[in-house]
Parts: sequence; C-alpha cells; structure tokens
Amino acid sequence: MESLRSQVAIVGAADTEVGVVPHLSATQLYVKAAKLALEDAGITKEQVDGLITCTSFVEPYMYHAEMIAEYMQIFPRYCLNVATGGGTTLAIMHHAASAIATGVCNTVLITMADNMLSGLSRDRAIEAMSTAGHAQFERPYGPPIPGFYALIAQAHMHAYGTTSEQLAAVAVACRKHASLNPAAQMRQPITIDDVLNSKMIAHPLHLLDCSLVSDGGAAVVMTSAERAKDFKNRPVYMLGVGEGHSHEHISQARSLTTSAAKEAGERAYAMAGLGPKDIDVAELYDCFTPVVIIELEDLGFCPKGEGGRFVEGGRIELGGELPLNTHGGLMSHCHPGHPGSLFSITEAVHQLRGECGPRQVKEAEIALVHGQGGIMSTHCSMILGKERG
Amino acid sequence: MAAPASKPVPVPTRETQPYWEGCKQHELRIQKCPACGHHQFYPRLYCTACMSDRVEWVKASGRGKVLSFTIVYRPVTQAFAADVPYVVALITLDEGPQLMSNVVGCPPEKVQIGMPVEVTFEDWTEDISVPKFKPV
Repeated sequence: MESLRSQVAIVGAADTEVGVVPHLSATQLYVKAAKLALEDAGITKEQVDGLITCTSFVEPYMYHAEMIAEYMQIFPRYCLNVATGGGTTLAIMHHAASAIATGVCNTVLITMADNMLSGLSRDRAIEAMSTAGHAQFERPYGPPIPGFYALIAQAHMHAYGTTSEQLAAVAVACRKHASLNPAAQMRQPITIDDVLNSKMIAHPLHLLDCSLVSDGGAAVVMTSAERAKDFKNRPVYMLGVGEGHSHEHISQARSLTTSAAKEAGERAYAMAGLGPKDIDVAELYDCFTPVVIIELEDLGFCPKGEGGRFVEGGRIELGGELPLNTHGGLMSHCHPGHPGSLFSITEAVHQLRGECGPRQVKEAEIALVHGQGGIMSTHCSMILGKERG
Repeated sequence: MAAPASKPVPVPTRETQPYWEGCKQHELRIQKCPACGHHQFYPRLYCTACMSDRVEWVKASGRGKVLSFTIVYRPVTQAFAADVPYVVALITLDEGPQLMSNVVGCPPEKVQIGMPVEVTFEDWTEDISVPKFKPV
C-alpha cells in the first residue's frame, strides 16, 4: 500500500476560464487547459511522454486521448482515456502515478474539459439528464439526477436527524468561498434561507442544494518526485491515494448512508501515514449538498451520523476547523461534468503553493481531495503535501 | 406544441425476459439460488452470494418496505410532467433484494421510510407491465 507514497508530484496545474464559455469548443477547452498547465510547469509539449484525458460528453471520440494527442501533435508512449464520472480525475491521477512510479513514462499531462452549458443542443441536454440510471429497472420510474441523490439525503436525514438547514450550510460555505474567487461562475453570497427558499427539485433537495452546469477545462502535469525538483514551480507531492468502488446503480447500493469513500479514504490515509486530523484543507466532491456530509463522515472527519452537525457554525468555511471547497466547488465555482474534480486538484495545488490570495488557507501544508462518480458509486481520495514527507 | 415524448418503456433482454414475462402476468419474479437460498434482483447469470449457476425464478411475495424515497417536483423529461409531484422510492422486498419503483395510491406526503408496501402493476403496452408499489 505504500508503494506510491511520495513517489510522484504535480508540477503544473491550471484552469481555463469557466462558467459560460461559448467561444471555445470542448476540444479547444481540453487543449487550452493543457497549454496553460504546460506553461505553469515551464515545459514544452515535447517533454510530455504520457497523456490522459477524460471522455467528453459534448464532443466524444472513440479514442479521445489519442484525439487530443493528435490535435496537439504530441506523440506519447502512454495514452489513456478514463471515465468513472466525477471520480475520473483522481482515478486518472492514480493511473498516472502508477505509470510514473513503475517507469512506464516520466511526465504525464492530464487534461479534462467539457462544455455542458454551451455545447449541447436541446435534445442532447435532455439526453444527458435522462440517460442516468438502469434502462429497465430505474429509468421507467422517472428519477432525475437530483432525485437519485435525494434518496441518499432522505435516508441520512431519517437515520441521523440531519436537517435541510445543515444541507444548506454546505452550499452557503461553497458560495462564500466562490465570492472570494474571481474565476468562479456564481459569486453572489447566499444564506441558509436562500437555499431553503429556492425551488424544490426533488424533496428534500432544493435548487441551491444542486451543483452548477458549466463549461470549462483544467489540466495538470505529473512527474516523479525526483524529477519534480527541476521544474519551475514548487512541486506538490502525492502522499497517498486510494479508491473504493461499490456499485453502478443506486438501487443496488450496499448502503445509502455509508459510501465507498470510507475504503478510498482509509487506503489513502494508510499510504500517506496520515489521518483526518492532519488535513489543513479539503476539496470534497459536492455535486449535491448531502454528498459532502456523507464524505465528511466516511473520510473520518467526524463520526457516522455527525456530518450534519459538523458543517454547522462555519466549521467548513475559511477560518474554520476544516475549510473545504475553497474555490467554490461544483456548487459555485463550476461543474462541466467529468472534469469537475480536477478543479479541486488545481485548487489544492494552488493552496499548497500559497497562491490563493483572499481565499488562501493559512499555513496549508496538507490537502485532501475526494472525487465521487456515478451515484455515490466510484470514489478516489488523494492526499497532497507541500513537503515530500 | 409537439406531443410529449413517451416514457422509457423497458426493452427486455434474454436475461430479463422471465422477469418481464412475470410482470405481464402481474406477478413479481426474482431469482433464488437453490444451493444457498439467496434471493437476488436484478437478474443475473450467477448467484452473487455463492456463484452457483443454478439460479431459479420464483414468485416474490410482492411485499416490502420503503428504504428511501424522494418526491420529484421537476420531472426528468416532459414524459413525466403530468405525474408531478411523483414518488421515486427504493423498496426492500421481504425476501431481501432492493429495487427502484414509484409509490402510488397515496398522496406523496404520506410516504415514509419503513412504510409497508405491496406491488401493483401498470400496463404500459401489450407486453410490458411496470411494477409499482402502494401502501399495504
């Protein structure tokens, strides 16, 4: 389990403009993110020998990573496309770390983008919303995507007394952080009442319990910890990584209130030799507010059932015990689909480099990033550090 | 205005055909493993408990409890617009397996976690009847 500990580092990290970006296609967003990350790393594309992408919903290609390599005229020896929904980013980085640590390749460019907001026709937007769920055993019952997560929220509220106000506190914290981030899509601060008074989508989830639909791209460059010292910026080291996979369809979930984030987190902590108390800043997957509450529990920041109480009183806001989603998260920064959690990685890198201005977490040395895909189906946790450890 | 698109009518596969054949006869069928007694849904080639390949179809009691539910106010597509607000629920059958369905036959706000329910069928086409659940 310790084989990847401190073996690789992130040496470049960048986002494109996000939110409403009608002037760039999905493919162009991938390539722009890649170019920005290479510039941040201070290297040329000829120095990249591994390329990994996520699938684009808007502009899909059978061989997507090859398509981006072709477009950029990069000729990698390691080329891979990964799709595990919102868990994709971290799973990709896990693959990249394994490839680097085993000497398969030296320098991996990971680029992810999509334009779910500007790039879809009406028909494809409907398709995007209605093709989630099992074709025979779920879709006939008309569950919208927020409805799948509402099942989880309702179960958690029933089992542990979690309240709508507590769910709302997650959205409020994300928006507060977004208000300090000039790049974020939604920056106007909101209150708990604003969330509770927003339109009910699928009880108990209101409109403001749901994340955004966005355009945008992000990219990172990873290399071995040894090589990392030669790059322009201070490296950020991967101290631990772990995955957990429990189901595809929510109707088959082992539990609605405990997720495979538990296994993912335990594996990442074990590799890093660290625990929840060591984390200075957390970037947790926040497609819907209840997800954050369950992740906080499953990642060991509080006991099972205490997540609702944990997010109260500003504990998860800047200046609180565990500031999370400091860029604004999927809730308020942006959510272009698969790439969503890569913005959590770029934010964590910038936090650990101390580059976040008014939203900087003081003395941030260790960050935990968690990605979740499907309907609480695939999970990957990653612990990043300023020092190699 | 164009007519609303139709609801997603299930298309049985070779593996799921016995289930939908049961639904057509208003009978909820699940698989049972004669080797270890495990019940499972959805249908599979093997028993997920012991990997025996002798799984058999049995008629389920059709009774269960609400594991969780949501009341949908914003329909997934226009095909469901006339149903709003509707209840999407997970049901734990008395035999153990869980499945997704709609709870019908009572006002949405009456639905509760743990509520006993029983199967009822909606005939969608000549061949496809969709199992739903109503309060016992």
